[in-house]
Amino acid sequence: MLVTWDNRISSIIIPSPAAIWTSFLDLAQNGYKGHTLWAHLGASLRRLFIAYFFAIVTAITLGLLSGYSERVRAVFEPIIAFIRPLPPLGYYTIIILWMGIGDNSKIFLLFLGAFAPIFVSCVAGVTRVKQDYINRARTLGANRGQIFLHVILPAALPDIFVGLRNAMSVAYATSVAAEMVAAVSGIGWMVLDASKYLRSDVIFVGIIIMGITGILLDKILLCLETKIVFWKGKN
Amino acid sequence: MTDKSMTNFFETANELISMDSLTLAYDKGGDAVPAIDKINLNIYRGEFVCVMGPSGCGKSTLLNILAGFLSPTGGTVKLNQKEIKGIDAHRGVVFQHPPLYEWYSVRKNIAFGPMMQKVPKKKTAEDVETYLAKVGLTDFAEKKVYELSGGMKQRAAIASALINNPDILLMDEPFGALDALTREQMQALIRKIWWNTGKTIFFITHDVDEALLLGTRILVMSRRPGKIIADFPAHFTKEFIEENSDDARYTEAFHQKRKYILSLINEQ
Ligand SMILES: Nc1ncnc2c1ncn2[C@@H]1O[C@H](COP(=O)(O)OP(=O)(O)OP(=O)(O)O)[C@@H](O)[C@H]1O
Ligand SMILES: [Mg+2]
Repeated sequence: MLVTWDNRISSIIIPSPAAIWTSFLDLAQNGYKGHTLWAHLGASLRRLFIAYFFAIVTAITLGLLSGYSERVRAVFEPIIAFIRPLPPLGYYTIIILWMGIGDNSKIFLLFLGAFAPIFVSCVAGVTRVKQDYINRARTLGANRGQIFLHVILPAALPDIFVGLRNAMSVAYATSVAAEMVAAVSGIGWMVLDASKYLRSDVIFVGIIIMGITGILLDKILLCLETKIVFWKGKN
Repeated sequence: MTDKSMTNFFETANELISMDSLTLAYDKGGDAVPAIDKINLNIYRGEFVCVMGPSGCGKSTLLNILAGFLSPTGGTVKLNQKEIKGIDAHRGVVFQHPPLYEWYSVRKNIAFGPMMQKVPKKKTAEDVETYLAKVGLTDFAEKKVYELSGGMKQRAAIASALINNPDILLMDEPFGALDALTREQMQALIRKIWWNTGKTIFFITHDVDEALLLGTRILVMSRRPGKIIADFPAHFTKEFIEENSDDARYTEAFHQKRKYILSLINEQ
């Protein structure tokens, strides 16, 4: 193991690209500690997507409502203002105490991390809608429900997408970090576990996969954004 | 168009809009100067009213009250003898910067009013074609809003207000942001629409020529607190249409009126 790469750097500190590639092929074929590489990645992504899905549904609903009604906002905004700056791992231990060490506690943690950015951007999106947009709809005979559906929601979409992308990056980073605290599967756990055995080749493969996955997730959202909010930045 | 003496005969009973000591003070507490002060004014069906006045004299405030965006702090304003309370579809509004919905095509923006009021789809589709043609946007129906020029956006906004068949069209410096050439085209367009539909139009402008070229009636407002200090008829717009030329623009009468309005505004 302790050969040097190019006779200069220890391969424990930075393994050679060739070693990383070999290790990747090995992991892809034989997996790591009883699970395939894809199973590890899948475990991470599954938790991420479940949490993200619930965050989208609840944060968009509550965020839009809070933007629309000052009373609803008065209830939720202080809570979000408190949770948002907290680093998720800071309250992770409490969640583990409540919900155990399994998947649920992680999903809940990611949910909380993703909720705040989406909520905040929905509130901002709604409160920023130009009064003229709303006035025009009303002079054309729209009722409150129609204004919400045809004017406020689409007008807030560009802001909502900013929140969705922020939420994804927070949730993703948190998911990897949470696996390093307590887990038995997942890419983050694989990296942590490999570090115990000084398997820096595995660590690097893990990190590269995390990086690529992160970029891909953001690209998917960006792609959806340019499709759905096609007018953004065009006036 | 009915003869002027005939309309005068019916005036008292037939006013479309009547304002009675209409007042609005933005700063409700204390003895702040109101933005508009005790305005008494009637507007009659078919009139093309152009409103002028120094900047900040309360023109937009007045229009916003008529639209229902603002409630007066004193006096009343009625449309067809019924007090105006809040925003509704009886008054079409054309803004200086048309707030078209970027997420909808030109066609859907124009269809917006009928769509909200659940007009049958078939009728809406026909009406949209009619109004697209009226404002010369037939070939641009499927375009996105950001693909339109400023003038085209304003055309779409005018069509979307007209399709609801409002009792009056309220326009706040609608051509103020357009270049001179486009502005002239838009003036010709709105004149034609007014003439063909007989719509009542309430039109705010900073441009004396525009007021004289379009209005059948010119109102001049005083500096804050805004009051009506002059109210007189103008006939150039009809001459334009009847003679199908803009010769009226170069007559002595036009210059006299122009000078008169400018002196009213500048003397304050
Ligand atoms: N929302 C507001 N709150 C307080 N004061 C306002 C508000 N809107 C307008 N005003 C004041 O009321 C007065 C009339 O404003 P208004 O916009 O009606 O003038 P205007 O004649 O339309 O001016 P312009 O020709 O520049 O468009 C101005 O002095 C303005 O400062
Ligand atoms: Mg104004």
